[in-house]
Amino acid sequence: MKDAYTWAAIGLVIIASTTGDVLLSYSMKRVGDVAELWKRRGILAVVGRILATPTFTLGLMAMGIAFYSLLFGLSWGNLSLVVPASASLTFVANALAARIFLHERVSRRRWIAALLVAGGVILMAI
Amino acid sequence: MTLRKYLVLAGVTVFSTAGDSLLARGMKNLGSISLHNLSGLVLSVLSPFVATGILLLLAFFTCYMSALSWADLTYVLPATSVGYVLVALIAHFGFHEEISPTRWLGIAMIAAGVGFVAAGPSVTPCHETRDSRDASSENVTAGVKS
Repeated sequence: MKDAYTWAAIGLVIIASTTGDVLLSYSMKRVGDVAELWKRRGILAVVGRILATPTFTLGLMAMGIAFYSLLFGLSWGNLSLVVPASASLTFVANALAARIFLHERVSRRRWIAALLVAGGVILMAI
Repeated sequence: MTLRKYLVLAGVTVFSTAGDSLLARGMKNLGSISLHNLSGLVLSVLSPFVATGILLLLAFFTCYMSALSWADLTYVLPATSVGYVLVALIAHFGFHEEISPTRWLGIAMIAAGVGFVAAGPSVTPCHETRDSRDASSENVTAGVKS
């Protein structure tokens, strides 16, 4: 039963953090280069523009769900399973989601990188 | 890519690693939390390890948002994994801990992956911002194929 809880938590972390990353990345692309905006209009304009982007709030909520799922997972399962399993699968899920939803150019170079990093994270934990 | 941008990516790496380590340490001290005892989850933020971890993760989040405002998600994300490598290297050269061959292989794979991404372009050229929405419309079709 503890195993099922652990994997359910891992699955939730992957789904929630991928959703959050995509929404946040989308929002920040709409806001534009933060440093340039800061230089031109000041910090309040930056914060205001970010908070006025509805997808940012949604992304933040998804990240909150991912964060608490990770805490749940860590309290049930081993650190050496929960962190690498959720982290490595999130890299692959994010590459897929970035291509589909953000229309990022996920070149062969980036696919290889995502798989290398995911595999490396697993090996580091063994 | 300017020095400032590399510093922001370094912030993403360092803050996420330090924050995660402190959180993990704090949660281990607290023991198991069950669905029937949700107050334990809320109260966990009162532990000094968890609280410091959350502060560092806020710093990470600021750097991460800044990075996402000028680079692709698939460019920024691998940077977060450099922390695994840093921790292992500090453990080995700083504290003389043994690192198994599989872990060295893992380090090499992560480093290679990050190098692969870093050598490529940081952003897909078709992204629209509020200021450049009109100017960039002709680039949209060019960005889709790859």
